[in-house]
Amino acid sequence: MQLLTVNKLSKSFGGLVAINNFNLRVESGDLVGLIGPNGAGKTTVFNLLTGLYQPTTGSITFDGRDLKGKHPHQITRMGMARTFQNIRLFGNLSVLDNVKIAYQAVVNYGLIPAFLRVPPFNRREEEIEKAALELLEIFGLKEHAYDRARNLPYGEQRCLEITRALATGPKLLLLDEPAAGMNPQETHELLSLIKWIREQFKLTIILIEHDMSLVMGLCERVLVLDYGSLIAEGTPQEIQQNPKVIEAYLGDEEVVAWEE
Amino acid sequence: MQDLLQQLLNGLSQGSIYALIAVGYTMIYGIIQLINFAHGDVIMVGAYVALGAVLMGFGFIPSLLIAMLVCAVLGVLIERVAYRRVRPVSRLAALTSAIGVSLFLEYTMMYFLGADIRTFPPGVLAERTYSLGGVMITNKDLLVLGTTVILVVVLQYIIFRTRTGKAMRAVSFDGQAAQLMGVNVNNTVAITFFIGSAMAAAAGMLYGIYFNSVQPLMGLMPGLKAFIAAVLGGIGSIPGAMLGGILLGMTESLVAGFGGSMYRDAVAFIILILILLIKPTGLLGKGVQEKV
Amino acid sequence: MLKKYFPSILACLALAVLFTIVQVGISGGLLSGYWITNIYLMGINIILASSLNLINGFTGEFSLGHAGFMAVGAFTGAIVTANLGLPFPLAIIAGMLAAAIAGVIVGLPTLRLRGDYLAIATLGFGEIVRVVLMNIDYVGGASGMMGIPEVVNWPIIFISVVLSLLLIRNFIGSSHGRACLAVRENDLAAQMMGVNITYYKVLAFVIGAALAGLAGVLYAHYYSIIQPKEFSFMLTFDVLVMVMVGGLGSLTGSVVGAVLLTTASAFLQAIPELRMVLYALLLIVSAVFRPQGLLGEKEITLRTFERWGGVLYAALNRKQTE
Ligand SMILES: Nc1ncnc2c1ncn2[C@@H]1O[C@H](COP(=O)(O)OP(=O)(O)OP(=O)(O)O)[C@@H](O)[C@H]1O
Ligand SMILES: [Mg+2]
Repeated sequence: MQLLTVNKLSKSFGGLVAINNFNLRVESGDLVGLIGPNGAGKTTVFNLLTGLYQPTTGSITFDGRDLKGKHPHQITRMGMARTFQNIRLFGNLSVLDNVKIAYQAVVNYGLIPAFLRVPPFNRREEEIEKAALELLEIFGLKEHAYDRARNLPYGEQRCLEITRALATGPKLLLLDEPAAGMNPQETHELLSLIKWIREQFKLTIILIEHDMSLVMGLCERVLVLDYGSLIAEGTPQEIQQNPKVIEAYLGDEEVVAWEE
Repeated sequence: MQDLLQQLLNGLSQGSIYALIAVGYTMIYGIIQLINFAHGDVIMVGAYVALGAVLMGFGFIPSLLIAMLVCAVLGVLIERVAYRRVRPVSRLAALTSAIGVSLFLEYTMMYFLGADIRTFPPGVLAERTYSLGGVMITNKDLLVLGTTVILVVVLQYIIFRTRTGKAMRAVSFDGQAAQLMGVNVNNTVAITFFIGSAMAAAAGMLYGIYFNSVQPLMGLMPGLKAFIAAVLGGIGSIPGAMLGGILLGMTESLVAGFGGSMYRDAVAFIILILILLIKPTGLLGKGVQEKV
Repeated sequence: MLKKYFPSILACLALAVLFTIVQVGISGGLLSGYWITNIYLMGINIILASSLNLINGFTGEFSLGHAGFMAVGAFTGAIVTANLGLPFPLAIIAGMLAAAIAGVIVGLPTLRLRGDYLAIATLGFGEIVRVVLMNIDYVGGASGMMGIPEVVNWPIIFISVVLSLLLIRNFIGSSHGRACLAVRENDLAAQMMGVNITYYKVLAFVIGAALAGLAGVLYAHYYSIIQPKEFSFMLTFDVLVMVMVGGLGSLTGSVVGAVLLTTASAFLQAIPELRMVLYALLLIVSAVFRPQGLLGEKEITLRTFERWGGVLYAALNRKQTE
């Protein structure tokens, strides 16, 4: 089943065309890589998909519904979740609360039970807490459940971002450079983690990444953006040999990553 | 018709005072994204200093210059003591601090000088009225308009023709980038406060003469309204601040002139809410979408 | 089971003791009229500070509209009792409702604004309310309303304060309150967690406004005379100082802040300028050195007392062994 269809999407900021006529089809269960040099427009694609930016032209259909005019929180509730390139946790709240907030997209209760602490307040709160703790346990964050999120080590903050995104119960998960700032060891662990959650939560994933080992090790299909336009699409092997792609990266520091 | 012209003329004088204040607001907001709540109270201090100078026998221009200098220093001091440390931490904390400074200036003044309204001695400007095709124009109007025009021209020169001005523009465009390019951001911010507060002092003296009243809370309302004028014109834009100030002055004057004088003070805030709803970047401001 | 309810039982006991002491003080004539007034004011200020904290501290907005909402509550309540001759509980309901509606009207357009614009817009709202009230003859114009029934007494104040605090605490401790905290911490991430940020901003704002309205009704029915000019932005600044002193995002802090500053201003009543200078310095110092507020965002709980007790105990022990 086609989960996501992006049709002739464009976005400009003043004079700058950040995304130009971008098309994308994602089937349920796909794991698609999105790569490109700095400033190519990758994050902008995510911002458009999640409703943070409104497209200048073009359309996005997710799970059979047109996303035009939908607010970001509505899109999240339709089953799309994301992580941010620059970590955006609720820093002063506990790790547990970070996940609980996300989980209320799945389980919640009305205002009256909240004010008066009458049923179903207790039952639902217990359910939320239990589910959040289970999720934290899976990701090895349970021992930090009551720490402030901003005091976590960097790698675990990234991990919490993913946990939190999963707590919203997504069908489609957008990961924006999850390996940024990680050492090779951590990156390797992340690779297995992504594989595992994909199986476990039956996820469709779009991954933005500069680390080619991750992209090559995970994705079945890779799209390459350059200056807002799609310049290549194919299997990792095809992409690696595509002259246009090599051209785009040439003179860029990313070329180092390619040679590895 | 003549009535209308008269109202517009009154609005123009009042509006150019707003404009002078708004220019300082917009410069400071442009450079550090802080509503300098105390800006209005710098006006008040300026008015008192000018009044003191006049009472000591100085003429209009020397008194104006003294007031501008004193307030410029005061502005720099405020930035150093109350804002510099908090600015990077939290904008709302900086705003809280600004509110604190505002109250501090108002009530220390009130403590030492009392709450009575003082006036400039009539000698500083013997009132004369000229009739221009039925429209009355006083030499006060001329004084206010003239001073405003001169100060704005000087300001434009500083901003667009000097190194300092260039640094100010660079910092307000992108503080971090400017720092990397070797601009001393802290100094530039200080200079902005220096200039902005000097303009406020001038506005304070003009306000005191024009409305014949100097008192510790005189800066509050014009300060808030000038901020609204700056938003109306497009915050960060100096021509915008001028335009916003004059438009606001005229609107108020029309509302007051045609029966709604009680609602005069409410007009500005209604304009604020409307402009923020319809065109949040203001008349001459450029929009930027927040990067994610 | 007992352990779980222990803190609640203890809290109830403490409240009962507090209530009784003050009640005895009032009925036994031990407290002068001056201090009774200040105790009532403390209660009203606690409601104001904690509800402003809900908006500014917990949700991370910056409202300066509290005087306006309080005025709406005060005048609406006064109309209900003094002009229409209806009973006091109706005044409370009407006052809170009117303030809440005002909150929706102001909040919907302005809460999309960035924090500092919101500050000016809400300040403006407060001024508009004041100017409009001064121009309505039905509520006495500039001289305000008189002859409002003086029905407010210690039990009414006490119950209002306790219920308001309980309401705010329950809200913050619920998933809805967590959504507000998320908005404060990072509004973009909050949206990506499915939080409707406009809804929660407006919700917190409206709850805060309604409680300010309640404070207004109590105020009107204690003093029996109200004038529009009493509800100027100076009143909002007073409340802001209480919130800053008690700590942004600390409910118990707001209580402490309100009590401390009401006491301080009772002592400084003769020299109002100095009181304002003190407030100004408190604002600057807390903003510059402790942007989260002087007492920080920590809540005072049973734990705090245990810890203090522990420290005290250790100190005493040391003395003895020396
Ligand atoms: N809100 C915005 N306003 C103006 N320009 C923007 C905005 N968001 C993105 N851009 C511009 O759009 C272009 C694409 O940015 P984007 O963040 O999508 O790149 P990216 O591919 O994610 O790069 P990186 O690898 O550095 O993360 C850049 O030139 C950027 O400056
Ligand atoms: Mg990016």
